Amino acid sequence: MTDYTPVHVGSVTKYVMVESFEITPADLAARGYEISKGVMIKETCFGLVINGKEEEVDRIVAELRKIDPDHIFVKDRGFPPGDARRCRANLGGARPGYNGLEFEMSILPYVSHGLEVLDKKDAKDVPPPEDPLEHPLLDIYKLKKLIDAQES
Amino acid sequence: MVKVFIYPATSLILSDMVARFGHTPLSSATAIRERIQTAGLESPPLQITPEEPKKGLKWAAVEVPAGVRGRMSLYGPMIEACEAAIIINDADLAFGCMGCARTNELIKFLVHQKDIPRLELNYPKNEEDGVKFVAAIKRFLTGLGGAK
Repeated sequence: MTDYTPVHVGSVTKYVMVESFEITPADLAARGYEISKGVMIKETCFGLVINGKEEEVDRIVAELRKIDPDHIFVKDRGFPPGDARRCRANLGGARPGYNGLEFEMSILPYVSHGLEVLDKKDAKDVPPPEDPLEHPLLDIYKLKKLIDAQES
Repeated sequence: MVKVFIYPATSLILSDMVARFGHTPLSSATAIRERIQTAGLESPPLQITPEEPKKGLKWAAVEVPAGVRGRMSLYGPMIEACEAAIIINDADLAFGCMGCARTNELIKFLVHQKDIPRLELNYPKNEEDGVKFVAAIKRFLTGLGGAK
């Protein structure tokens, strides 16, 4: 067993994802570098990874969100950018955890559409989504229809 | 600001929505960050040491596999600290080994046991669902009050 000495103690890391036809990660990175003071910004294929003091990272994230609020998404990350335990440059293949991001990236266009619609519309006027815990019984007429379809 | 537990705890969409509407998301990244930034013994990749399954005994019995108890040492404190929860039920991305699967079941069970405001959803499958999904989250988070 060897001693572990952490790096970047007291810092936070955030992902900034872009799901937009108008903004690219490079645009965001350029804007991020313009307004950053003492933070580390890494440009990736899906957006940015920003590491630094919490207040400074939050300020940059808030500024970046203003560029395209409905198409920029932010989440926390445990590891700093380029950490050898996570970076695919060291491990090869997709970064552990990327599968989850990749799956949610396929859903982001629907969420972005929802945010755009709700900018103009009150959330109270939108009907609730289906309750996932509700398992409706099979309607008897639907069952009869299925049996008839099989028999014919 | 209300502490909102999200499931899947790694969800980008839920983490963003909770922060966007002025609350604090409790996600696995913050729990991992605590361990990554704490000095101790080297235990890559997640700095989960043999101490974690012992801490997990608070939420799972000793017969339960160490994988579940180790994971619960990350999620258990967050479930205890949360004041509201958003759960996505058809989150296939949370699929994993038996350790992950059983931990997921236990997380949902503990959240259901807790008497807190809870929103249950499925991922949207089209744009219409997307509007309902975002509206439901917005209504829920606004109803919690105290947004930043």
